[in-house]
Amino acid sequence: MDEISYAPAEGLLSWTWLLIALPAIGATVLLLAGRRSDKWGHWLGVVTVGGAFALAVAMFSSLAGLDNKSANLDLFTIISIGDLRLEANLLFDPLSAVFCLLITGVGLLIHVYAVGYMAHDEGRRKFFAYFNLFAAAMLVLVLGGNYFMTFIGWEGVGLASYLLISFWQLKPAAATAGKKAFLTNRVADVGFLLAMFTMLGALGTVDFQEVFNGAGSLSTGTSLAIGLLLLAAACGKSGQFPFQTWLPDAMEGPTPVSALIHAATMVTAGVYLIARSNVIFSLNADVQTAVVVVGALTLLFGAIVGCAKDDIKRVLAWSTVSQIGYMFLAVGLGGGAFALGIIHLLAHGFFKAGLFLGSGSVMHAMNDQTDIRRFGGLWRKMPLTYATFAAGWLAIIGLFPFSGFWTKDPIIASAFAREGWQGWVVGSAALLGAALTAFYMTRLFVLTFHGPKRWTEDVHPHESPAIMTAPLVLLGLGSLGAGGLMATSVADWLVPVFGEPHEVHGHLSHMQVTIATTVVVVLGAALGWFLFRNGTDEVPRAAAWPVRFARADLGGEAVNRGVFERPSRLAASASVAMDGRVVDGAVNGLSAAIGGTSRRLLVVQTGFVRTYALSILSGAVIVVAALMVVVVQ
Amino acid sequence: MNEAQQAGLQIDWAGLAPMVIVFVAAFGGLLVEATVPKGRRLVVQVSLAVLALAAAFVAVVLNSDKHGTAFSIEGVGIGSVVLDGPGLFLQGTLAILSIIAVLLLAERRTTRGGDFVAEAAVVADSAADKAQRREDGATEIFPLTLFAVGGMMMFVTAGDLLTMFVALEMLSLPLYLLCGLAKRRRLISQEAALKYFLLGAFASAFYVYGMAMLFGFAGTVDLAGINQAGVDSGQPRLFLYIGVAMIAVAMLFKAAAVPFHMWTPDVYTGAPTPVTALMAACVKVAAFGGLLRVFNVGLASSAWDWHLILTVIAVATMLGGAIFAVTQRNIKRLLAYSSIANAGYLLIGVIALGEAVGQTMFYLAAYGFTVIAAFAVVSLVRDGDEEATHLARWAGLGKKSPGTAVVVTILMLALAGLPFTSGFTAKFSLFAAALQADELGLVIVGVVSSAILAFPYLKVVVLLWLNEPAPDAPTVNLPSPMAGTVVAAGVAATILLGIVPGFLLDLVDQASTFLNT
Repeated sequence: MDEISYAPAEGLLSWTWLLIALPAIGATVLLLAGRRSDKWGHWLGVVTVGGAFALAVAMFSSLAGLDNKSANLDLFTIISIGDLRLEANLLFDPLSAVFCLLITGVGLLIHVYAVGYMAHDEGRRKFFAYFNLFAAAMLVLVLGGNYFMTFIGWEGVGLASYLLISFWQLKPAAATAGKKAFLTNRVADVGFLLAMFTMLGALGTVDFQEVFNGAGSLSTGTSLAIGLLLLAAACGKSGQFPFQTWLPDAMEGPTPVSALIHAATMVTAGVYLIARSNVIFSLNADVQTAVVVVGALTLLFGAIVGCAKDDIKRVLAWSTVSQIGYMFLAVGLGGGAFALGIIHLLAHGFFKAGLFLGSGSVMHAMNDQTDIRRFGGLWRKMPLTYATFAAGWLAIIGLFPFSGFWTKDPIIASAFAREGWQGWVVGSAALLGAALTAFYMTRLFVLTFHGPKRWTEDVHPHESPAIMTAPLVLLGLGSLGAGGLMATSVADWLVPVFGEPHEVHGHLSHMQVTIATTVVVVLGAALGWFLFRNGTDEVPRAAAWPVRFARADLGGEAVNRGVFERPSRLAASASVAMDGRVVDGAVNGLSAAIGGTSRRLLVVQTGFVRTYALSILSGAVIVVAALMVVVVQ
Repeated sequence: MNEAQQAGLQIDWAGLAPMVIVFVAAFGGLLVEATVPKGRRLVVQVSLAVLALAAAFVAVVLNSDKHGTAFSIEGVGIGSVVLDGPGLFLQGTLAILSIIAVLLLAERRTTRGGDFVAEAAVVADSAADKAQRREDGATEIFPLTLFAVGGMMMFVTAGDLLTMFVALEMLSLPLYLLCGLAKRRRLISQEAALKYFLLGAFASAFYVYGMAMLFGFAGTVDLAGINQAGVDSGQPRLFLYIGVAMIAVAMLFKAAAVPFHMWTPDVYTGAPTPVTALMAACVKVAAFGGLLRVFNVGLASSAWDWHLILTVIAVATMLGGAIFAVTQRNIKRLLAYSSIANAGYLLIGVIALGEAVGQTMFYLAAYGFTVIAAFAVVSLVRDGDEEATHLARWAGLGKKSPGTAVVVTILMLALAGLPFTSGFTAKFSLFAAALQADELGLVIVGVVSSAILAFPYLKVVVLLWLNEPAPDAPTVNLPSPMAGTVVAAGVAATILLGIVPGFLLDLVDQASTFLNT
């Protein structure tokens, strides 16, 4: 491993702090100015993020001109205890640069969209304040030059996400979801904190440069511990198995929040953490296997549950869980696949943001309904949303030449390239995941935009205003073209961070994998289209007309149910049950166990002085006895 | 020349000045009670107390470069009062925190006449008691507080066990009294005072017994002498062990460590809220100041012997406090259990010895400011005349009084230990210091315990912002400048120490060396 050293920041790059300061100033002004800024507040939010985007682009190009491809900016010392110094330093290198572009670029589009989406919401100003706060925290997370700074951003995005999910306070579900997100994140934080403390204990530092250079001297046990703790942190933040439940619940928040935080940026923080710590993860094959297993499990899990959901945002949420599983799989495979994970992350940022905003546009048109069984035939009414959603759909299922093809296929190929039987297992899982993705996304797409209308009586769908469709169009174009553009250029760009990728030769050649993937994707999509082209009869509280619709075409439906739906529903309900009972059970059970212990132990708090005195006395006896035991030894 | 000087006794009066000022002001306060007409007593007492404490703080600052003993005979120091970095830093912290606490004691606007009873001797709930509720509270509380604070200042600088015992009693007795002086729910308040007194006396007995044992072992009550004896005493070590155990029990009682913690929730709930604030902030500082000194100066040589049992107590305290806190429905009890859990974190600092002295002191200061402000806010939220301490009553506070809710949120996030608050910097630096002393196990328990403890705090935040207020929701009484200053100072310190902790961390780093270690 070569010595890693980051060059000091010069010229434009010494303004890195401004990237964070811009949205932070926006948030501060919006929160302090109060109602006075109701009229122009949302535009301030847009302008600050836009400014940060322009700056990020300029810095990106000046970084490209540097030989060292890194710029380290020391700001000040946060804590200095004995030998330990925690600096507030920012690191602008190829990895953080692409993240900055994603966060500010996609963030800008979503901010613009939210101006229209939240137009009738009384709390729009507060919403933009939190939104800016989130952008600032996310930028701290990716720009931090040591784990401590990353942790500060990590906590910051958690808090902002909690505030934003709970933004619609009137919905009790939103409040509960916010709590769940916050709790899961706390569990993950413990992992992060302990990882940091372990680094401090073993290396005496949490600075990226020093940790990575010193990592080689770590004992296997220590590097294993650090890797697993970081993995736990990453899983919590990114909604990976076994912490996946909070993410779909978080969809209770406003749609732009889902798009920015729970699809494009924050939930990918776990991938960033693993990619950033690539030196540590590459040290230990067991940790890498753990990441691969988590990724493969989650991508299947998310895809299967995605097939069973009827809520447009929940389907997209589960697909996010599943796609991040692909990214975890990639960064777990290590080597050249690190870059593949990041490229898929970037492409996903575009198409998933586009899909979420598209779903927001649909909800806007359908009186905030989210049940896809009640959509259908919308393509005539909202052509722009339809076209952009189609682009996102083709991108996520990964059909040539859309972006998913360029980014997901190589991950599947790398999975097959893993040595021994593991390669077959994770490769097949990734391939199966691709087929399932094609199926459930097609189902979502067809049920929403095609087939018969199954609307409730009081809706009058209409296309959204230009301020919402313009970002959609841009994101749609990104979904179409970005993949091909990024596939090679970004991989080269990231070489200074991950090292030169070496050719891998696995069980299957790249061409074989591409063909296999394309075949299963086309099959999955075709099946989805065929089964749901005429809508679905699974409407609760069936009104007369949708049922009649379904019955009129019973033949197709019978095949549908018999051949595919039943087994798929069985698998789906099994995984939903697994999710509800085992995982949720573990989360709820843990809190119930602590609460129960608490109540049981509190029985001794009788209120009688004699009990208390007895407690002191027995404590004293124990202390004396313990000291005696030490003596005897 | 007087007799003492002839005998060669030199007294560093400047070094004693902080305590002397506070004690003189306390006696002055008693005279005020006797001479100044009733209507003007409050103003005079509060000014006297605040000025005295401010003067004491200035005296501490002037002493800041001292490193020696206040008494010496012919140049050889006697360890009864020790002026060294930790002692002076903690004296200064106590002076500042008690100024804030005095302001809270003086609050009279949130409830008419304040939280204190006018005539403590009147039988509770009798007709006379109901009549006196309209009267202003007694002003004796200020001299009592000064006596207690003087005792605390002595406790953190006491260099031998005997002086320490005198200081312990001096800080405890006024507090027992103060706990029983609530104007409302007097029976509960008196019960709390009696419980605190009985258990405190019980603990003091342990202390005296332990001191006798250690004297038997070392032939001296001087801490440095005991440490030396730990290396070369010819006496059976049994005396040392019993002595250490008994002294530790007494001090852990004051610090509210499990299993010596049971008085804490009852007393915190029963005592008038300003007194609870004083106990949670200042007594904590004094108790841990004493623990730090006893273990660093007096028992460092026998560290191997007590390390295990203190670790067990720290783990029990951290987990116990956090787990008990989870199901609390009363904000004062929640804060009481969180104070127990925090005692556990601080114990890590004691166990880590020299490595973590500075960070433990930083933690004490940071926690003191936050907890005092938290109790101040508790005293503002009221159902009529009574404090609305049941958490359910706080639901939807964010809608009715967003300002107060923001303050509570900041304080809760600090207590939960989120970044950008003093709670985070304090915990992080303490845990990091403990790691340097190879206490990884304790740090892991600490992190897990604070993750559990974050849950009840979070519940409060959720209640405030995300629940609908009840139609008869409690009102937030507008504080006078007194309690207003308390809240503002506490919140400001919480945020400042979270964002720019550097200056204070540097200060504690410089002040972390005990004399004679």
